[in-house]
Amino acid sequence: MAKQVPKEFYQLLREIQEVDFVLLELNLYLDTHPDDYDAIEQFNNFSQRSRELKINFEQQFGPLMGFGASYSNYPFDWGNTPWPWQV
Amino acid sequence: MWYYEKKLQYPVKVSECNPMLAKFLIEQYGGADGELSAALRYLNQRYSIPDKVVGLLTDIGTEEFAHLEMIATMVYKLTKDATPEQMKAAGLGAHYSNHDKALYYENAAGTPWTAAYITAKGDPIADLYEDIAAEEKARATYQWIINLSDDPDLNDGLKFLREREIIHSLRFREAVEILIEERDRKKIF
Repeated sequence: MAKQVPKEFYQLLREIQEVDFVLLELNLYLDTHPDDYDAIEQFNNFSQRSRELKINFEQQFGPLMGFGASYSNYPFDWGNTPWPWQV
Repeated sequence: MWYYEKKLQYPVKVSECNPMLAKFLIEQYGGADGELSAALRYLNQRYSIPDKVVGLLTDIGTEEFAHLEMIATMVYKLTKDATPEQMKAAGLGAHYSNHDKALYYENAAGTPWTAAYITAKGDPIADLYEDIAAEEKARATYQWIINLSDDPDLNDGLKFLREREIIHSLRFREAVEILIEERDRKKIF
């Protein structure tokens, strides 16, 4: 079962969810509007912001992504709780 | 390939244990117009559709898996503390006798998911029109479930998902325009 997570976990995760939602929306929009320069600029800026937020989150709460897209601590902490449905 | 990210697309909360809402909601998990059907439909269409819309099908198909995970989280949270008596009272006695609290790809009436829910016609316009119809049907289903639900936390997540169907439908309609434009250009030259 999931262990108790601090309040900051939810705050930081929420911020990541917000930024990643902007990226997902821009991605779908750009799939059908590939020539929109301003939207691409926004997309790249938010992509940078997402990376920064995730580095900070992962230093405190462990890896967000599997298969080496995130670094691991010792011991291997990918399988640590909480999983997304446990919070 | 795909990478798993340990987060939901949008936070999922439920106010209280409510297995009857879970029974309604399973329609969007393993029903004809549910998220599993959507994800598998779009990702499967990619191989035979013109290059111009493969990116969109890949991205919407991928987002549908994130929605599937949100629905699973809702069903899990609505049922995890339910007693067998509560499951039975909610109309989930048959589900409980077969699956305990395990999730299962079935619709609200308990019929297992089938590939017969989705088609692959190989005709780009026919396939995209099916996708648009699927999004509108999923949007309507979310509305019916919201109408049945009195859980404000659950409804917050359901409203997010309902809005996503509207965006997907819009993008698929743009994809149709892109393909029609490309076809007409080929005729001119």
